[in-house]
Amino acid sequence: MKAAAVALATLAGSIALALLAPQWLVFMAMVVLAKGIVVLGLLVLMRTGLVSFGQGLYFGIGAYAAALLSHRWHVSDAAAMMVAGAAAAGLVAAFLGLLLARYREIFFAMLSLAFSMILYGLLVKSAALGSTDGFNLHARSFFGIALTAGTERQVFLVAGSVCAVVAALLVHRLFGGHWGRLSTGVRDNELRVTYLGASPYRIVYVNYLIASALAGFGGALAALAVGHVDPEMAYWTISGEFVFIAILGGTQSILAPFAAAAIFETLRMIASQYAPNVWQMSLGLAMLAIIMFLPGGLWTLTQRWRRSA
Amino acid sequence: MSPVLSAQGLQKSFGAVSAAADVSLDFDADTVVSLIGANGAGKTTFLNMVTGYLRPDSGSIQFGGRELVGLSPRQITKLGISRSFQMPQLFNTMSVRENLLVAESIATADDPEAATDAALARFELERYAGQKAGVLPEGIRKLLDVAMALSSRSKLLLLDEPTSGVSADEKFAIMDVVMGAARAAGVTVIFVEHDMDIVARFAGRVVAFYDGGIIGDGLPDTVLRAEEVRRYVIGEEVPHATA
Amino acid sequence: MSGILTVAFDGIVYASWLFLMSAGLTLIYGVMRILNVAHGGLYALGAYAACSLAGAWLGGGLPAAGSFAMLLLAAVMVGCIVGPLLERGLLQWMYGKEEVVLVLVTYAVFLIMEDVIKLAWGVDSMLLPEPYALPGNFSLAGVPYPVYNLLLIGMALVTGLILAWALYRTRQGKLLLAVIHDREISMAIGIDVSRIYLATFAVGATLAALGGALTAPTIAVTPGIGVEVIVLAFAVVVIGGLGSLGGAALGAIMVGLVRSATVRYWPEAELFSIYAVMALVLIARPKGLFAAQEARKI
Repeated sequence: MKAAAVALATLAGSIALALLAPQWLVFMAMVVLAKGIVVLGLLVLMRTGLVSFGQGLYFGIGAYAAALLSHRWHVSDAAAMMVAGAAAAGLVAAFLGLLLARYREIFFAMLSLAFSMILYGLLVKSAALGSTDGFNLHARSFFGIALTAGTERQVFLVAGSVCAVVAALLVHRLFGGHWGRLSTGVRDNELRVTYLGASPYRIVYVNYLIASALAGFGGALAALAVGHVDPEMAYWTISGEFVFIAILGGTQSILAPFAAAAIFETLRMIASQYAPNVWQMSLGLAMLAIIMFLPGGLWTLTQRWRRSA
Repeated sequence: MSPVLSAQGLQKSFGAVSAAADVSLDFDADTVVSLIGANGAGKTTFLNMVTGYLRPDSGSIQFGGRELVGLSPRQITKLGISRSFQMPQLFNTMSVRENLLVAESIATADDPEAATDAALARFELERYAGQKAGVLPEGIRKLLDVAMALSSRSKLLLLDEPTSGVSADEKFAIMDVVMGAARAAGVTVIFVEHDMDIVARFAGRVVAFYDGGIIGDGLPDTVLRAEEVRRYVIGEEVPHATA
Repeated sequence: MSGILTVAFDGIVYASWLFLMSAGLTLIYGVMRILNVAHGGLYALGAYAACSLAGAWLGGGLPAAGSFAMLLLAAVMVGCIVGPLLERGLLQWMYGKEEVVLVLVTYAVFLIMEDVIKLAWGVDSMLLPEPYALPGNFSLAGVPYPVYNLLLIGMALVTGLILAWALYRTRQGKLLLAVIHDREISMAIGIDVSRIYLATFAVGATLAALGGALTAPTIAVTPGIGVEVIVLAFAVVVIGGLGSLGGAALGAIMVGLVRSATVRYWPEAELFSIYAVMALVLIARPKGLFAAQEARKI
């Protein structure tokens, strides 16, 4: 089974990284994982025909929820933080989704952006949450097992990989069958879905919940990687990054978000070294190039290679 | 036997246009009825009111003991009324098979795959099963549209101009397949049609609309020959009696 | 009583600013079906251009009153140079694509503009206080207000009236309305839709730049002022109904008054209040207050 093979390979790879790689690479791998999970959620939405310009909302909620556990309630278990991140995001999505699931296309895109900017505004104005400085978080145990100093990130990396693999497999299962076809149906022709007896509103709502919970989990993971949270995690530019990675990867495969995130982070690292003042411009130009020449994302290149091979 | 669908006193106007003026109609089970009339006469409005797309200004519609007015299209579909569309409403990026599979999976709990295979056979769509709906010829798109509608285990099937946009030599073939499948499934069929040959061949009863009202209701032979119907629906010149 | 008066006046001032921001956005959407995220970039560009032009004017020892004209000139230059550049150079190749894709395109343009601004003007903030301070203050209910605010209200009114007149009373305007209504039919009856798109985008861009230019004297102009603006403008436009000029005006007034009341009585909820208005309006009218009627689809 191809899925099982890929899953095992990923886990093996992450364990190898955790054991052998230098700290900065482990850190980067964690960030790639975190962003990949968020983009996996975007993929779910895109299959339903929707693009969210505001996943930063749930990314920020997930990060701050994890950090607050440590900062406010003195819980320093990383597993608890990850769960809290996903749960907090899911809770907010359960409410916002009621409104947003009514909308499509640009309304959906811009409303999601607006809500993420509300969070940003609230965080910036909140002195209790550290305002623009944010605050730190520390995780000292994982599932109750105390972590030795210096090995935290390695543990988080492997834990994060396991979760990412599980999430990806679940999404793969879910979207490979009836639910995936229904979602595509909503994207292709909502009227038909209604006249077959199903509810596009409900389908969008559920997928919105899934995407948001994934984004919240990614936020918690990112917070654990960096050890710090601040309002920038809900800013529109980060939502834009997620969209960019989603377009870069395309919607054909659940591996695409992670591969694209890896490429993105590598490019970002290079750009920050050699050309920090033109990073956004490069992003913009790359986005235009992809839209014009590779609308299916970079993943379509792998399909072309396979066909010609 | 009580009628399977019963409408009383339906009124609907769009500004100054009266699309339904006190329309009352009953439909018996297991019949094939054709609605005819010029554009704007009110036939599609009637269909849209039955399926919940439009709400009548006043009047009521009963189906299987339930009042339909006020229900959403989705609720009405789940009660057993399904429809096909003038412009086929398909999932263009999915294959014919997947389109039917979606329809069957929503309609039934057990073995949608088998039901899909049965539908493909019934509608003679097997050779197109793997093709994307978006690239099919128009006649096949129409067939698929009807096949998806029938899939919802419907009791009443409403067809909105099933042969419009289809070439003349294909029309009869397509209607043969559609009516055969409907008969096999034991559903009542109401179809809106402009082609009188199709109407004459397939309908057991014809209802003629004009200006929001009904000007003919009965056997095809009778209605299609009636003077008013010939003048206002078929468009023939009717010789006037000399004064 | 004075409290209500100041809240009302603040609200109208803010509404004027919002209207100038949103009119261009709603116009471009109405005609071209493009939600122009680069609107924020044009706003920022207008602000920076205003600083440079007016700054050069004042630096050259020319009469201070002329600096106002420089603000307007900056806006027109940005709108009529960058606008057509964007439309002819990029957007016209993208028209067939879905709306969301077009949003992504304008989003990408916005990203590019942000860095271009940084490269051209640097990251330090620019200040241009003179046009704001020059006309002095007047007193409203015992509170001193800059006369500049009256200018802002005046500009918004004049702009709104000119746009309304141009749209509903001139031949060109009627052609525009036809295109808003149905692009395909307009093309079929021989309207030069391509030229209308160009003109609309240039006007919309100029309005965006005007918003930035007029705001420049009141703030510290930094990179990143464009972002909040695009989200706010979108909220206003959505409240009023995408493509409706009157809707933008009404939306601006609603948001302006609500915000100024919030700022006075519950300051933390400022941003929240704006989007709360938007959410409430959308719950009641999902497409906004004056959204266009949709024709029957089946």
